[in-house]
Amino acid sequence: MFPPLLGLTVILFVLLRLGGDPIAHLVDPEASAAEIAEVRAAYGFDRPLHEQYFKQLGLILTGDFGDSFRFKEPAMPLILERLPATIQLSLAAMVIALVIAIPAGILSAVYHNSALDFIVTTLSTLGRAMPNFWIGIMLILIVAVQLRWLPPSGRAEPAAIILPALTLGTSIATTLARVLRSAMLEVMRRDYVTTAHAKGLQAHKVVMRHSFRNALIAVVTVFGLQMAWLLGGSVVVEEVFAWPGMGRLILRSVLVRDLAVVQAGVLVFALVIMVTNLLVDVLYAALDPRIRYG
Amino acid sequence: MAKAGSRVPSQQKTFQLNLLKARWLQSLLRSPTGLLGAFLVGSATLAAVFAPWIAPHDPTAFNFTGRLLPPAWLGGDPQYLLGSDQLGRDVLSRLIYGSRISLLVGVCGVLVSLLIGVALGLISGFVGGFADAIISRIIDTFMAIPFIVLALAVIGVLGPRGGNSLLILIVVLGFTGWITFARVVRGEVLAIKQVEYIEAVRALGQTKPTIVMKHVLPNVTASIIVLATLQIATVIIAESSLSFLGLGVQPPTITWGIMLADGRDHLATSWWLSTFPGVAITLTTLGMILLGDWLRDVLDPRLQT
Repeated sequence: MFPPLLGLTVILFVLLRLGGDPIAHLVDPEASAAEIAEVRAAYGFDRPLHEQYFKQLGLILTGDFGDSFRFKEPAMPLILERLPATIQLSLAAMVIALVIAIPAGILSAVYHNSALDFIVTTLSTLGRAMPNFWIGIMLILIVAVQLRWLPPSGRAEPAAIILPALTLGTSIATTLARVLRSAMLEVMRRDYVTTAHAKGLQAHKVVMRHSFRNALIAVVTVFGLQMAWLLGGSVVVEEVFAWPGMGRLILRSVLVRDLAVVQAGVLVFALVIMVTNLLVDVLYAALDPRIRYG
Repeated sequence: MAKAGSRVPSQQKTFQLNLLKARWLQSLLRSPTGLLGAFLVGSATLAAVFAPWIAPHDPTAFNFTGRLLPPAWLGGDPQYLLGSDQLGRDVLSRLIYGSRISLLVGVCGVLVSLLIGVALGLISGFVGGFADAIISRIIDTFMAIPFIVLALAVIGVLGPRGGNSLLILIVVLGFTGWITFARVVRGEVLAIKQVEYIEAVRALGQTKPTIVMKHVLPNVTASIIVLATLQIATVIIAESSLSFLGLGVQPPTITWGIMLADGRDHLATSWWLSTFPGVAITLTTLGMILLGDWLRDVLDPRLQT
């Protein structure tokens, strides 16, 4: 789990150095060369690069990511303040995705090549092609502006979460439904499923107990990978719906080049994704007793 | 698939090629979705290449007497088929010009990722050892962070700098999208390495670079083509998202993402401004996905998800 995080700190360090002289906004534009050198030495930017990196890594490990120049506050607390809103949105989106994808995937596999299967496959392909921010705009246009059923943006009312969660949820539901469908089709051809049918088990029991449970392993794998996609999507969706989460803060910080916040935000994103992947690994063992760790 | 490395007389080779082409065309004609994909991608490409001849208006020409006109069939001006925007610019003409940026960024961005990803994937898979360990760690690092967040961070640092914004966007999307290629190529090379004919050419004393270029690479080309087509769809969506967020190509360049961002301010009154650019993005990426899925079925059924 840690090598990728360490790698990320290297990438961010290099990136931030590529972005320009780190002391450019600390000194007076008319300062003399001697004054600039003095500021550079005071902040340690005259040291060799690897020394600067390890110093910064040390600071990061103590939770010090530097100050946001926009808010004049430490960057990390700013990010953590907005983390709950993003997690809330992501969880709501996951629930919606599962509620849509599980029945859709099972039914389109059970009724393979039927009209229902055709509809599910078509919608899932269309969903893959639609940018999620556009789905969001269309939902605002139809549900909030035309029908006036739900608030178009913000987080003031509880109902405000529905549209952003739906936007984010449908975009992963399409992938999950597709994976579940093909995993079910594959499992349903196995001998033990035929046996289960032959011994007179009711059809829905065969589908749920024998096919679905085994197809779920494929879905869990994709679900872990989709987590990165979900959090990435939250940046765009939070912006469309003015949802006050971490993604929106990162985006706003990028626009004004508030790099301390960007750096802290990217690392928190990566950490959340890694924790999710760890949970997925644990879930694996629960779903498939053949998998054992350690 | 013909195995590379076998010596076929040239006449027989052209015959095989013709047969291959005929089989492809037949398979495309037999696949309704593949055909639809080819049609959509073809239309977008034609619009991009011939934009100045197809577009009914100058896409940047203001018309202050004809602002926010609805589409022609809803009582707008027949001159402006899909309506006009807040500055009276023709939506259809802007859509046609917008296809240029989407396809350009899509294709060039994917080419950049393809070159990086295939090179690293080949090295990682074939050389193995230390190189593989390093490259795999880099891939893990890139996997830990969402594509779009990384792109945001890079653009945040480099800044969307006026005239260079198109180039920066291509480089950023290229450098963030290469892991897909690297992972697939690495996996395939690991499998191919075990096959007997590779051992045979090695026994014949061929050097490693020759084996990789002449015997390994041709066998992963099918997967690369399929991935590249599907990846273009992903990059087009990423480009439009970044442009929508104000971090992609900068105005006055016309992109579908910028059109959507502008249209959002007029959502309550002029729905067409934020609807048609989205339809354009969806149809283009849908075309790429359908074409990619068809190619996968023809070239490499194992890649199916």
